Amino acid sequence: MQYLVSVIDDKSNPGSTDRQPAISAFNKRLIAEGYWVFAGGLADTDAATVIDNRGEQVVFSDGPFVESKEYLAGVWVWEAPDLDVALELAAEASKVCDRKIEVRPFV
Amino acid sequence: MSVVDVREAITQAHREEWARVVASLTRRFGDLDIAEEAAAEAFAIAVERWPADGVPPNPGAWLTTTANRKAIDRIRRENKRDDKQEEAQTLYDDPPEPLGAIDDERLRLIFTCCHPALAMQTRVALTLRMVGGLTVPEIARAFLVQETAMGQRITRAKAKIKAARIPYRVPSAEDLPARVSGVLAVLFLIFNEGYLATGPDADPVRHDLTAEAIRLTRLIRTLLPEDGEVAGLLALMLLTEARRTARVSASGELVPLGEQDRGAWDAALVAEGHQLVRERLAAVGPGRYQILAAINAVHTSARDVRDTDWSQVVALYDQLVRLDPSPIIALNRAIAVAELDGPEVALAAVDRLEDKLAGYHAYHATRADMLRRLGRSQKSRAAYDKAIELAGNTAETAYLTRRRDQLG
Repeated sequence: MQYLVSVIDDKSNPGSTDRQPAISAFNKRLIAEGYWVFAGGLADTDAATVIDNRGEQVVFSDGPFVESKEYLAGVWVWEAPDLDVALELAAEASKVCDRKIEVRPFV
Repeated sequence: MSVVDVREAITQAHREEWARVVASLTRRFGDLDIAEEAAAEAFAIAVERWPADGVPPNPGAWLTTTANRKAIDRIRRENKRDDKQEEAQTLYDDPPEPLGAIDDERLRLIFTCCHPALAMQTRVALTLRMVGGLTVPEIARAFLVQETAMGQRITRAKAKIKAARIPYRVPSAEDLPARVSGVLAVLFLIFNEGYLATGPDADPVRHDLTAEAIRLTRLIRTLLPEDGEVAGLLALMLLTEARRTARVSASGELVPLGEQDRGAWDAALVAEGHQLVRERLAAVGPGRYQILAAINAVHTSARDVRDTDWSQVVALYDQLVRLDPSPIIALNRAIAVAELDGPEVALAAVDRLEDKLAGYHAYHATRADMLRRLGRSQKSRAAYDKAIELAGNTAETAYLTRRRDQLG
Protein backbone atom coordinates (compact mmCIF):
# COMPACT_ATOMS: atom_id res chain seq x y z
CA MET A 1 0.00 0.00 0.00
CA GLN A 2 1.44 3.39 -0.96
CA TYR A 3 0.79 6.63 0.91
CA LEU A 4 1.45 10.21 -0.11
CA VAL A 5 2.96 11.89 2.92
CA SER A 6 2.73 15.68 2.75
CA VAL A 7 4.77 18.00 4.91
CA ILE A 8 2.66 21.05 5.78
CA ASP A 9 4.24 24.32 6.77
CA ASP A 10 2.60 27.48 8.03
CA LYS A 11 3.56 30.87 6.59
CA SER A 12 2.74 32.77 9.76
CA ASN A 13 4.31 30.21 12.07
CA PRO A 14 6.96 28.28 10.11
CA GLY A 15 8.74 25.21 11.48
CA SER A 16 12.44 25.44 12.31
CA THR A 17 14.97 25.61 9.44
CA ASP A 18 17.69 23.39 10.93
CA ARG A 19 15.93 20.04 10.33
CA GLN A 20 17.89 18.82 7.27
CA PRO A 21 20.38 16.56 9.10
CA ALA A 22 17.56 14.91 11.08
CA ILE A 23 15.47 14.47 7.91
CA SER A 24 18.44 12.86 6.10
CA ALA A 25 18.93 10.41 8.96
CA PHE A 26 15.20 9.62 8.98
CA ASN A 27 15.29 9.05 5.20
CA LYS A 28 18.18 6.62 5.58
CA ARG A 29 16.13 4.67 8.08
CA LEU A 30 13.05 4.67 5.81
CA ILE A 31 15.22 3.25 3.02
CA ALA A 32 16.84 0.63 5.28
CA GLU A 33 13.46 -0.55 6.58
CA GLY A 34 11.88 -0.69 3.13
CA TYR A 35 9.30 2.11 3.47
CA TRP A 36 10.96 4.70 1.23
CA VAL A 37 9.68 5.13 -2.32
CA PHE A 38 10.31 8.81 -2.98
CA ALA A 39 11.04 12.04 -1.15
CA GLY A 40 11.43 15.67 -2.17
CA GLY A 41 11.36 19.13 -0.68
CA LEU A 42 9.53 21.82 -2.62
CA ALA A 43 10.49 25.39 -3.52
CA ASP A 44 8.34 28.22 -2.18
CA THR A 45 4.75 28.40 -3.48
CA ASP A 46 5.69 31.69 -5.21
CA ALA A 47 7.66 29.53 -7.66
CA ALA A 48 4.53 27.61 -8.70
CA THR A 49 2.65 28.03 -11.97
CA VAL A 50 -0.87 26.74 -12.65
CA ILE A 51 -1.66 25.58 -16.18
CA ASP A 52 -5.21 25.30 -17.54
CA ASN A 53 -5.60 23.97 -21.06
CA ARG A 54 -9.20 22.80 -20.80
CA GLY A 55 -10.44 25.67 -22.96
CA GLU A 56 -9.40 26.81 -26.42
CA GLN A 57 -6.20 28.40 -25.26
CA VAL A 58 -3.70 27.41 -22.63
CA VAL A 59 -3.68 29.76 -19.63
CA PHE A 60 -0.67 30.08 -17.34
CA SER A 61 -1.20 31.66 -13.93
CA ASP A 62 1.49 32.74 -11.57
CA GLY A 63 1.39 31.19 -8.10
CA PRO A 64 -0.12 28.07 -6.46
CA PHE A 65 -3.63 26.74 -7.25
CA VAL A 66 -4.81 27.78 -3.83
CA GLU A 67 -3.52 30.61 -1.67
CA SER A 68 -3.49 29.64 1.96
CA LYS A 69 -1.63 30.20 5.18
CA GLU A 70 -0.70 26.52 5.25
CA TYR A 71 1.05 25.07 2.24
CA LEU A 72 2.79 21.96 1.00
CA ALA A 73 6.51 22.16 1.80
CA GLY A 74 7.54 18.68 0.69
CA VAL A 75 6.35 15.15 0.02
CA TRP A 76 7.23 11.55 0.60
CA VAL A 77 5.81 8.43 -0.93
CA TRP A 78 5.94 5.50 1.48
CA GLU A 79 5.21 1.84 1.03
CA ALA A 80 3.59 0.54 4.23
CA PRO A 81 1.48 -2.54 5.01
CA ASP A 82 -1.35 -0.53 6.61
CA LEU A 83 -2.38 2.86 8.02
CA ASP A 84 -1.18 2.09 11.56
CA VAL A 85 2.38 1.67 10.26
CA ALA A 86 2.07 4.84 8.16
CA LEU A 87 0.67 6.82 11.12
CA GLU A 88 3.48 5.70 13.40
CA LEU A 89 6.10 6.76 10.84
CA ALA A 90 4.22 10.02 10.23
CA ALA A 91 4.26 10.81 13.94
CA GLU A 92 8.06 10.47 13.85
CA ALA A 93 8.24 12.47 10.62
CA SER A 94 6.31 15.34 12.22
CA LYS A 95 8.86 15.51 15.04
CA VAL A 96 11.80 15.17 12.65
CA CYS A 97 10.52 17.93 10.31
CA ASP A 98 9.02 20.09 13.07
CA ARG A 99 5.95 20.42 10.85
CA LYS A 100 2.47 18.93 10.42
CA ILE A 101 2.10 15.85 8.24
CA GLU A 102 -0.81 14.60 6.14
CA VAL A 103 -1.04 10.93 5.19
CA ARG A 104 -3.20 10.07 2.19
CA PRO A 105 -3.47 6.70 0.49
CA PHE A 106 -3.01 6.21 -3.24
CA VAL A 107 -5.92 4.37 -4.85
CA MET B 1 -43.49 -21.53 19.68
CA SER B 2 -45.70 -18.44 19.70
CA VAL B 3 -45.18 -15.43 17.46
CA VAL B 4 -44.13 -13.43 20.52
CA ASP B 5 -41.55 -16.07 21.48
CA VAL B 6 -40.07 -16.05 17.98
CA ARG B 7 -39.91 -12.27 17.97
CA GLU B 8 -38.19 -12.41 21.35
CA ALA B 9 -35.72 -15.03 20.04
CA ILE B 10 -34.87 -12.79 17.08
CA THR B 11 -34.38 -9.75 19.34
CA GLN B 12 -32.15 -11.78 21.61
CA ALA B 13 -30.14 -13.19 18.70
CA HIS B 14 -29.70 -9.67 17.38
CA ARG B 15 -28.47 -8.43 20.73
CA GLU B 16 -26.10 -11.35 21.25
CA GLU B 17 -24.96 -12.26 17.79
CA TRP B 18 -24.89 -9.13 15.62
CA ALA B 19 -21.33 -8.06 16.51
CA ARG B 20 -20.07 -11.65 16.21
CA VAL B 21 -21.58 -12.07 12.75
CA VAL B 22 -20.24 -8.72 11.47
CA ALA B 23 -16.83 -9.38 13.05
CA SER B 24 -16.39 -12.86 11.61
CA LEU B 25 -17.50 -11.73 8.15
CA THR B 26 -15.20 -8.71 8.20
CA ARG B 27 -12.34 -11.03 9.08
CA ARG B 28 -13.21 -13.44 6.33
CA PHE B 29 -13.95 -10.98 3.53
CA GLY B 30 -11.79 -8.07 4.65
CA ASP B 31 -14.59 -5.60 3.98
CA LEU B 32 -16.82 -3.91 6.56
CA ASP B 33 -19.41 -2.93 3.99
CA ILE B 34 -19.92 -6.50 2.77
CA ALA B 35 -20.01 -7.75 6.37
CA GLU B 36 -22.58 -5.18 7.47
CA GLU B 37 -24.87 -5.72 4.50
CA ALA B 38 -24.71 -9.51 4.68
CA ALA B 39 -25.35 -9.50 8.43
CA ALA B 40 -28.39 -7.25 7.95
CA GLU B 41 -29.68 -9.57 5.21
CA ALA B 42 -29.22 -12.63 7.41
CA PHE B 43 -31.29 -11.05 10.17
CA ALA B 44 -33.96 -10.03 7.66
CA ILE B 45 -34.15 -13.64 6.45
CA ALA B 46 -34.44 -14.82 10.08
CA VAL B 47 -37.40 -12.47 10.59
CA GLU B 48 -39.00 -13.94 7.49
CA ARG B 49 -38.29 -17.63 8.11
CA TRP B 50 -38.07 -18.33 11.81
CA PRO B 51 -41.81 -17.84 12.48
CA ALA B 52 -42.59 -20.63 9.97
CA ASP B 53 -39.50 -22.85 10.23
CA GLY B 54 -38.88 -22.40 13.96
CA VAL B 55 -35.86 -20.91 15.72
CA PRO B 56 -32.73 -22.92 14.80
CA PRO B 57 -30.99 -24.75 17.67
CA ASN B 58 -27.89 -22.55 17.31
CA PRO B 59 -29.12 -19.13 16.11
CA GLY B 60 -25.59 -17.65 15.99
CA ALA B 61 -24.26 -20.39 13.71
CA TRP B 62 -27.37 -20.17 11.51
CA LEU B 63 -26.98 -16.39 11.16
CA THR B 64 -23.25 -16.62 10.42
CA THR B 65 -23.76 -19.30 7.77
CA THR B 66 -26.62 -17.38 6.18
CA ALA B 67 -24.65 -14.13 6.20
CA ASN B 68 -21.60 -15.88 4.73
CA ARG B 69 -23.73 -17.19 1.89
CA LYS B 70 -25.17 -13.72 1.25
CA ALA B 71 -21.69 -12.17 1.23
CA ILE B 72 -20.43 -14.75 -1.26
CA ASP B 73 -23.48 -14.10 -3.45
CA ARG B 74 -22.69 -10.41 -3.48
CA ILE B 75 -19.00 -10.94 -4.23
CA ARG B 76 -19.89 -13.31 -7.08
CA ARG B 77 -22.37 -10.82 -8.46
CA GLU B 78 -19.81 -8.03 -8.35
CA ASN B 79 -17.03 -10.20 -9.68
CA LYS B 80 -19.16 -11.36 -12.57
CA ARG B 81 -19.43 -7.71 -13.46
CA ASP B 82 -15.68 -7.36 -13.02
CA ASP B 83 -15.07 -10.71 -14.69
CA LYS B 84 -13.17 -12.04 -11.70
CA GLN B 85 -15.09 -15.25 -11.13
CA GLU B 86 -12.01 -17.09 -10.00
CA GLU B 87 -11.47 -14.95 -6.91
CA ALA B 88 -14.98 -15.66 -5.66
CA GLN B 89 -14.31 -19.34 -6.07
CA THR B 90 -11.25 -19.13 -3.83
CA LEU B 91 -13.22 -17.26 -1.20
CA TYR B 92 -15.98 -19.82 -1.39
CA ASP B 93 -13.56 -22.70 -0.91
CA ASP B 94 -12.01 -21.13 2.20
CA PRO B 95 -12.77 -23.26 5.23
CA PRO B 96 -14.89 -21.37 7.77
CA GLU B 97 -13.07 -19.78 10.71
CA PRO B 98 -12.89 -21.91 13.85
CA LEU B 99 -15.50 -20.70 16.34
CA GLY B 100 -13.02 -20.22 19.20
CA ALA B 101 -11.31 -17.26 17.53
CA ILE B 102 -14.51 -15.24 17.25
CA ASP B 103 -14.42 -13.41 20.57
CA ASP B 104 -11.16 -11.95 19.43
CA GLU B 105 -12.85 -10.90 16.20
CA ARG B 106 -15.28 -8.66 18.05
CA LEU B 107 -12.35 -6.96 19.70
CA ARG B 108 -10.79 -6.34 16.27
CA LEU B 109 -14.07 -4.88 15.10
CA ILE B 110 -14.24 -2.50 18.08
CA PHE B 111 -10.68 -1.27 17.59
CA THR B 112 -11.27 -0.67 13.89
CA CYS B 113 -14.49 1.29 14.52
CA CYS B 114 -12.73 3.40 17.19
CA HIS B 115 -9.60 4.02 15.15
CA PRO B 116 -7.88 7.35 15.92
CA ALA B 117 -7.76 8.25 12.21
CA LEU B 118 -11.57 8.59 12.25
CA ALA B 119 -13.37 11.65 13.63
CA MET B 120 -14.91 11.17 17.08
CA GLN B 121 -18.51 11.48 15.82
CA THR B 122 -17.70 8.94 13.11
CA ARG B 123 -16.26 6.50 15.65
CA VAL B 124 -19.42 6.80 17.71
CA ALA B 125 -21.70 6.19 14.73
CA LEU B 126 -19.63 3.32 13.37
CA THR B 127 -19.41 1.60 16.76
CA LEU B 128 -23.17 1.84 17.27
CA ARG B 129 -23.80 0.44 13.78
CA MET B 130 -21.15 -2.29 13.50
CA VAL B 131 -20.76 -3.40 17.11
CA GLY B 132 -24.08 -2.31 18.61
CA GLY B 133 -26.21 -3.30 15.62
CA LEU B 134 -28.32 -0.13 15.75
CA THR B 135 -29.83 0.83 12.42
CA VAL B 136 -28.84 4.05 10.65
CA PRO B 137 -32.24 5.69 11.39
CA GLU B 138 -31.85 4.77 15.08
CA ILE B 139 -28.39 6.32 15.26
CA ALA B 140 -29.57 9.39 13.35
CA ARG B 141 -32.43 9.85 15.85
CA ALA B 142 -30.08 9.40 18.79
CA PHE B 143 -27.86 12.24 17.61
CA LEU B 144 -30.63 14.38 16.12
CA VAL B 145 -29.21 14.41 12.62
CA GLN B 146 -30.85 13.60 9.28
CA GLU B 147 -30.84 9.93 8.32
CA THR B 148 -29.15 10.67 5.00
CA ALA B 149 -26.39 12.62 6.75
CA MET B 150 -25.82 9.79 9.22
CA GLY B 151 -25.86 7.24 6.38
CA GLN B 152 -23.25 9.26 4.51
CA ARG B 153 -21.07 9.56 7.59
CA ILE B 154 -21.03 5.78 8.00
CA THR B 155 -20.51 5.17 4.29
CA ARG B 156 -17.58 7.61 4.19
CA ALA B 157 -16.05 5.94 7.24
CA LYS B 158 -16.23 2.51 5.65
CA ALA B 159 -14.70 3.93 2.46
CA LYS B 160 -11.83 5.53 4.42
CA ILE B 161 -11.14 2.30 6.31
CA LYS B 162 -10.86 0.50 2.99
CA ALA B 163 -8.99 3.17 1.00
CA ALA B 164 -6.46 4.07 3.71
CA ARG B 165 -6.19 0.45 4.84
CA ILE B 166 -7.04 0.92 8.48
CA PRO B 167 -6.05 -2.49 9.82
CA TYR B 168 -8.48 -5.01 11.27
CA ARG B 169 -6.55 -6.13 14.31
CA VAL B 170 -6.02 -5.78 18.03
CA PRO B 171 -3.26 -3.19 18.58
CA SER B 172 0.17 -4.25 19.86
CA ALA B 173 0.73 -4.40 23.62
CA GLU B 174 2.65 -1.15 23.37
CA ASP B 175 -0.26 0.74 21.74
CA LEU B 176 -3.01 -1.05 23.63
CA PRO B 177 -3.49 1.32 26.61
CA ALA B 178 -3.86 4.39 24.36
CA ARG B 179 -6.18 2.58 21.97
CA VAL B 180 -8.34 1.13 24.77
CA SER B 181 -8.67 4.60 26.21
CA GLY B 182 -9.84 5.76 22.75
CA VAL B 183 -12.51 3.04 22.76
CA LEU B 184 -13.63 3.99 26.27
CA ALA B 185 -13.92 7.65 25.23
CA VAL B 186 -16.35 6.58 22.48
CA LEU B 187 -18.44 4.54 24.91
CA PHE B 188 -18.46 7.32 27.52
CA LEU B 189 -19.61 9.79 24.89
CA ILE B 190 -22.49 7.48 23.90
CA PHE B 191 -23.42 7.11 27.56
CA ASN B 192 -23.27 10.84 28.26
CA GLU B 193 -25.34 11.71 25.22
CA GLY B 194 -27.95 9.35 26.64
CA TYR B 195 -27.59 10.65 30.16
CA LEU B 196 -27.64 14.35 29.39
CA ALA B 197 -29.41 14.39 26.05
CA THR B 198 -29.32 17.78 24.38
CA GLY B 199 -31.84 19.49 22.13
CA PRO B 200 -35.18 21.17 22.77
CA ASP B 201 -37.19 18.14 21.67
CA ALA B 202 -34.97 15.41 23.10
CA ASP B 203 -36.08 13.37 26.09
CA PRO B 204 -33.96 14.47 29.05
CA VAL B 205 -32.58 10.96 29.51
CA ARG B 206 -32.17 8.64 26.52
CA HIS B 207 -32.31 5.24 28.16
CA ASP B 208 -31.70 3.48 24.84
CA LEU B 209 -28.28 5.14 24.58
CA THR B 210 -27.22 4.63 28.21
CA ALA B 211 -28.30 0.98 28.00
CA GLU B 212 -26.40 0.46 24.75
CA ALA B 213 -23.26 2.09 26.18
CA ILE B 214 -23.43 -0.19 29.22
CA ARG B 215 -24.00 -3.26 27.08
CA LEU B 216 -20.99 -2.45 24.88
CA THR B 217 -18.81 -1.71 27.92
CA ARG B 218 -19.82 -5.05 29.44
CA LEU B 219 -18.81 -6.72 26.19
CA ILE B 220 -15.40 -5.03 26.26
CA ARG B 221 -14.99 -6.05 29.89
CA THR B 222 -15.51 -9.70 28.98
CA LEU B 223 -12.92 -9.29 26.22
CA LEU B 224 -10.39 -7.33 28.33
CA PRO B 225 -11.10 -8.52 31.89
CA GLU B 226 -7.71 -7.37 33.24
CA ASP B 227 -8.07 -3.72 32.22
CA GLY B 228 -8.75 -1.52 35.24
CA GLU B 229 -10.06 1.42 33.25
CA VAL B 230 -12.62 -0.77 31.47
CA ALA B 231 -13.84 -1.94 34.88
CA GLY B 232 -13.76 1.66 36.10
CA LEU B 233 -15.86 2.95 33.22
CA LEU B 234 -18.38 0.13 33.63
CA ALA B 235 -18.68 0.90 37.36
CA LEU B 236 -19.05 4.62 36.64
CA MET B 237 -21.84 3.94 34.15
CA LEU B 238 -23.66 1.52 36.46
CA LEU B 239 -23.53 3.89 39.44
CA THR B 240 -24.79 6.74 37.26
CA GLU B 241 -27.48 4.64 35.59
CA ALA B 242 -28.65 3.44 39.02
CA ARG B 243 -29.79 7.00 39.77
CA ARG B 244 -31.49 7.53 36.39
CA THR B 245 -35.12 7.35 37.47
CA ALA B 246 -34.51 9.47 40.59
CA ARG B 247 -32.76 12.11 38.53
CA VAL B 248 -35.78 13.49 36.67
CA SER B 249 -39.00 14.37 38.51
CA ALA B 250 -42.51 13.40 37.35
CA SER B 251 -42.87 16.90 35.93
CA GLY B 252 -39.70 16.48 33.86
CA GLU B 253 -37.40 18.53 36.03
CA LEU B 254 -33.82 17.63 36.91
CA VAL B 255 -33.40 16.53 40.53
CA PRO B 256 -29.85 17.22 41.76
CA LEU B 257 -27.98 14.49 43.63
CA GLY B 258 -28.57 16.04 47.06
CA GLU B 259 -32.35 16.12 46.60
CA GLN B 260 -32.89 12.70 45.04
CA ASP B 261 -35.04 10.01 46.63
CA ARG B 262 -32.27 7.55 47.40
CA GLY B 263 -34.78 4.75 47.90
CA ALA B 264 -35.57 5.02 44.19
CA TRP B 265 -32.00 4.20 43.17
CA ASP B 266 -31.55 0.81 41.52
CA ALA B 267 -30.02 -1.24 44.35
CA ALA B 268 -28.79 -4.05 42.07
CA LEU B 269 -26.87 -1.64 39.82
CA VAL B 270 -25.43 0.16 42.87
CA ALA B 271 -24.28 -3.18 44.33
CA GLU B 272 -22.67 -4.25 41.05
CA GLY B 273 -20.94 -0.88 40.68
CA HIS B 274 -19.66 -1.00 44.27
CA GLN B 275 -18.35 -4.53 43.73
CA LEU B 276 -16.35 -3.38 40.67
CA VAL B 277 -14.96 -0.39 42.57
CA ARG B 278 -13.93 -2.62 45.50
CA GLU B 279 -12.11 -4.96 43.13
CA ARG B 280 -10.07 -2.01 41.87
CA LEU B 281 -9.43 -0.35 45.25
CA ALA B 282 -5.95 -1.79 45.65
CA ALA B 283 -4.95 -0.82 42.10
CA VAL B 284 -1.77 1.19 41.74
CA GLY B 285 -2.11 4.42 39.78
CA PRO B 286 -5.81 4.18 38.92
CA GLY B 287 -6.94 6.02 35.77
CA ARG B 288 -9.64 8.67 35.48
CA TYR B 289 -12.59 6.29 35.09
CA GLN B 290 -11.58 4.34 38.19
CA ILE B 291 -11.35 7.56 40.20
CA LEU B 292 -14.68 8.85 38.85
CA ALA B 293 -16.25 5.50 39.71
CA ALA B 294 -14.82 5.75 43.24
CA ILE B 295 -16.33 9.24 43.64
CA ASN B 296 -19.70 7.88 42.54
CA ALA B 297 -19.29 4.97 44.94
CA VAL B 298 -18.84 7.43 47.83
CA HIS B 299 -22.06 9.24 46.83
CA THR B 300 -24.07 6.06 46.41
CA SER B 301 -22.81 4.67 49.74
CA ALA B 302 -24.54 7.45 51.68
CA ARG B 303 -28.12 6.59 52.64
CA ASP B 304 -28.76 10.26 53.22
CA VAL B 305 -26.98 13.15 51.50
CA ARG B 306 -25.93 14.37 54.99
CA ASP B 307 -23.98 11.12 55.45
CA THR B 308 -21.81 11.81 52.38
CA ASP B 309 -18.09 11.56 53.13
CA TRP B 310 -17.18 14.88 51.45
CA SER B 311 -13.54 14.78 52.56
CA GLN B 312 -13.20 11.49 50.70
CA VAL B 313 -14.85 13.02 47.61
CA VAL B 314 -12.50 16.03 47.68
CA ALA B 315 -9.47 13.73 48.17
CA LEU B 316 -10.52 11.71 45.09
CA TYR B 317 -10.96 14.91 43.07
CA ASP B 318 -7.46 15.99 44.16
CA GLN B 319 -6.18 12.71 42.75
CA LEU B 320 -8.14 13.29 39.54
CA VAL B 321 -6.87 16.87 39.12
CA ARG B 322 -3.28 15.57 39.25
CA LEU B 323 -4.14 13.17 36.42
CA ASP B 324 -6.25 15.55 34.35
CA PRO B 325 -5.97 19.27 35.17
CA SER B 326 -9.01 20.18 33.04
CA PRO B 327 -11.22 23.08 34.23
CA ILE B 328 -14.34 20.87 34.25
CA ILE B 329 -12.77 18.59 36.85
CA ALA B 330 -11.70 21.66 38.86
CA LEU B 331 -15.34 22.83 38.72
CA ASN B 332 -16.64 19.51 40.05
CA ARG B 333 -14.00 19.57 42.76
CA ALA B 334 -15.23 23.03 43.81
CA ILE B 335 -18.79 21.67 44.16
CA ALA B 336 -17.48 19.11 46.67
CA VAL B 337 -15.38 21.79 48.41
CA ALA B 338 -18.58 23.82 48.92
CA GLU B 339 -19.94 20.97 51.04
CA LEU B 340 -16.72 20.54 53.00
CA ASP B 341 -15.47 24.13 53.47
CA GLY B 342 -18.57 26.16 52.61
CA PRO B 343 -19.73 28.05 49.49
CA GLU B 344 -17.50 31.11 50.10
CA VAL B 345 -14.27 29.12 49.64
CA ALA B 346 -15.74 27.17 46.74
CA LEU B 347 -16.99 30.27 44.93
CA ALA B 348 -13.48 31.72 44.90
CA ALA B 349 -12.24 28.51 43.25
CA VAL B 350 -15.09 28.60 40.71
CA ASP B 351 -14.49 32.25 39.81
CA ARG B 352 -10.90 31.42 38.89
CA LEU B 353 -12.27 29.18 36.09
CA GLU B 354 -14.16 31.96 34.31
CA ASP B 355 -11.69 32.35 31.42
CA LYS B 356 -11.98 28.71 30.45
CA LEU B 357 -15.60 27.91 31.28
CA ALA B 358 -17.55 31.08 30.51
CA GLY B 359 -19.38 29.24 27.68
CA TYR B 360 -20.29 26.18 29.77
CA HIS B 361 -23.74 26.11 31.39
CA ALA B 362 -22.60 24.09 34.42
CA TYR B 363 -20.09 26.80 35.34
CA HIS B 364 -22.89 29.38 35.61
CA ALA B 365 -25.29 26.93 37.29
CA THR B 366 -22.63 26.15 39.93
CA ARG B 367 -21.95 29.85 40.54
CA ALA B 368 -25.67 30.57 40.73
CA ASP B 369 -26.13 27.88 43.37
CA MET B 370 -23.21 29.10 45.47
CA LEU B 371 -24.30 32.74 45.24
CA ARG B 372 -27.81 31.68 46.25
CA ARG B 373 -26.47 29.89 49.31
CA LEU B 374 -24.48 32.99 50.21
CA GLY B 375 -27.67 35.09 49.95
CA ARG B 376 -26.41 37.16 47.01
CA SER B 377 -29.69 36.96 45.12
CA GLN B 378 -29.04 39.51 42.44
CA LYS B 379 -25.76 37.99 41.29
CA SER B 380 -27.28 34.55 41.61
CA ARG B 381 -30.17 35.51 39.33
CA ALA B 382 -27.78 36.78 36.66
CA ALA B 383 -25.82 33.52 36.83
CA TYR B 384 -29.04 31.46 36.55
CA ASP B 385 -30.04 33.52 33.49
CA LYS B 386 -26.73 32.74 31.84
CA ALA B 387 -26.95 29.02 32.76
CA ILE B 388 -30.50 28.74 31.37
CA GLU B 389 -29.40 30.42 28.17
CA LEU B 390 -26.58 27.90 27.68
CA ALA B 391 -28.16 24.65 28.96
CA GLY B 392 -29.30 22.25 26.23
CA ASN B 393 -31.07 19.65 28.36
CA THR B 394 -34.80 20.23 28.90
CA ALA B 395 -34.87 18.83 32.47
CA GLU B 396 -31.91 20.95 33.44
CA THR B 397 -33.49 24.10 32.01
CA ALA B 398 -36.69 23.41 33.97
CA TYR B 399 -34.76 22.95 37.21
CA LEU B 400 -32.64 26.08 36.74
CA THR B 401 -35.71 28.17 35.86
CA ARG B 402 -37.54 27.11 39.03
CA ARG B 403 -34.48 27.80 41.16
CA ARG B 404 -34.12 31.24 39.66
CA ASP B 405 -37.79 32.04 40.14
CA GLN B 406 -37.59 31.02 43.81
CA LEU B 407 -34.90 33.59 44.54
CA GLY B 408 -36.06 36.23 46.99
